Amino acid sequence: MRISEFANPSRFLRAASLTIPWLGGATVILFAFALYRAMLAPEDYQQGATVKIMFLHVPSAWLGMLCWGLMTVAALGTLVWRHPLADVTAKAAAPLGAAFTLLCLVTGSLWGRPEWGTYWVWDARLTSELILFLLYLGVIALWRTVEDVSRAARAVAILTLVGAIDLPIIKFSVDWWNTLHQGASVFRLGGSTIDPAILVPLLLMAAAFTLLFVTLLLAAMRNEILRRRVRTLRLLQASAAG
Amino acid sequence: MTPLTALLVRDMRIAVRVGGGALIGVLFFVVVVTLTPFAVGPDLALLKRIGPAILWLAALLASLLALDRLFASDHEDGSLDLILIGRAPLELVIAAKGLAHWLTTAVPLIVAAPLIGLLLDIEPPAQAGLVLTLLVGTPALTFIGIVGAAIAVTLRRGGLLLAIIVLPLTVPVLIFGVAAANAAVAGPVPFGTPFTVLCALTLASLVIGPFAAAAALRLDIE
Repeated sequence: MRISEFANPSRFLRAASLTIPWLGGATVILFAFALYRAMLAPEDYQQGATVKIMFLHVPSAWLGMLCWGLMTVAALGTLVWRHPLADVTAKAAAPLGAAFTLLCLVTGSLWGRPEWGTYWVWDARLTSELILFLLYLGVIALWRTVEDVSRAARAVAILTLVGAIDLPIIKFSVDWWNTLHQGASVFRLGGSTIDPAILVPLLLMAAAFTLLFVTLLLAAMRNEILRRRVRTLRLLQASAAG
Repeated sequence: MTPLTALLVRDMRIAVRVGGGALIGVLFFVVVVTLTPFAVGPDLALLKRIGPAILWLAALLASLLALDRLFASDHEDGSLDLILIGRAPLELVIAAKGLAHWLTTAVPLIVAAPLIGLLLDIEPPAQAGLVLTLLVGTPALTFIGIVGAAIAVTLRRGGLLLAIIVLPLTVPVLIFGVAAANAAVAGPVPFGTPFTVLCALTLASLVIGPFAAAAALRLDIE
């Protein structure tokens, strides 16, 4: 089956209402299993139990970035192929990306309090995450400012693409900016240095988060399509009454 | 006179005439810098240390000022439609409009910067470096902002939205602009390193800005 067959919103709605309950169920099961494994994971010899915040923090950071990637693909879909579901995807994804980024910031700051003694440091990673969050809010604000949906979609698509070009540059400059002030950052997580006892639950949590994201995204897309239909019906009704 | 120079001259004339915003940008810049000592205290040593940052931040905010009118006023009186159906490539037209905007808002501000720098106790040799960073960096601010201006052209209250969507994108310019200016004033880093990256950022935004803005305008008017 080709992806273009889902371009028809009705077909998408049918497929979505079939898959959402299964995806939701799988998300719950995977979350239960991943949380159980995370609970069993050994505590850090220095940080104690607070290291477990990582199991929420890292997957949400990952999804916050993945979501902008998805929005970039959707933006190309809107501008290049005029795919009818692309702007629905972009619109549904933006609040999810913002939510995951906020979750990452909040868990990071709660983790920072016992470990670094402060809720916030202008560390390079934290700062670029904060800017990513601001960009998400800008995108949502743009969606909410333009009344005509298709025009909003194209404006957002351009902003998303410009953001996709600028995000790596922001990341690089913030890294540079921070190392200029403090010397090499100590809050670094080398991928290969993590023990499997922690790495496996972490990957499980990442998978559970991704599944949650996909489920919420499909549900939000379905809601968006239904919302547009309701709006069209209302407009038809109003024009018939007038 | 080619269409592009005609447009450049027209935009600059509009900006310096009554109702244009050319000098308001400089005034805003001066007022923001003047207010800073009231917020942080009259300690000259501190002001000298954060002086380049203040000047850059004020320049960043001032460059946003006239931006929301850049296409909006043309859209209201219909001249944007004429520009769009004209034969000159839209990307170049936008580059010309951006250049006019930069010449009328950023250049007066750069000329004023050394004078303002004196108030913040920045030494004349360091001032040259500071002015150089502003001269090289402000085009990037204009050409990143021009994308936002094109996106927000038909919005009724585009000005605020413009600031929200444009300012996060200008973070790299601010970082390297201030770093280079600091390096010129005191800093341990050689001036060349951040300054070269600042040049690169400006060149990149000179390319990306007109294309993205042209795409936004075409889609907006369509």
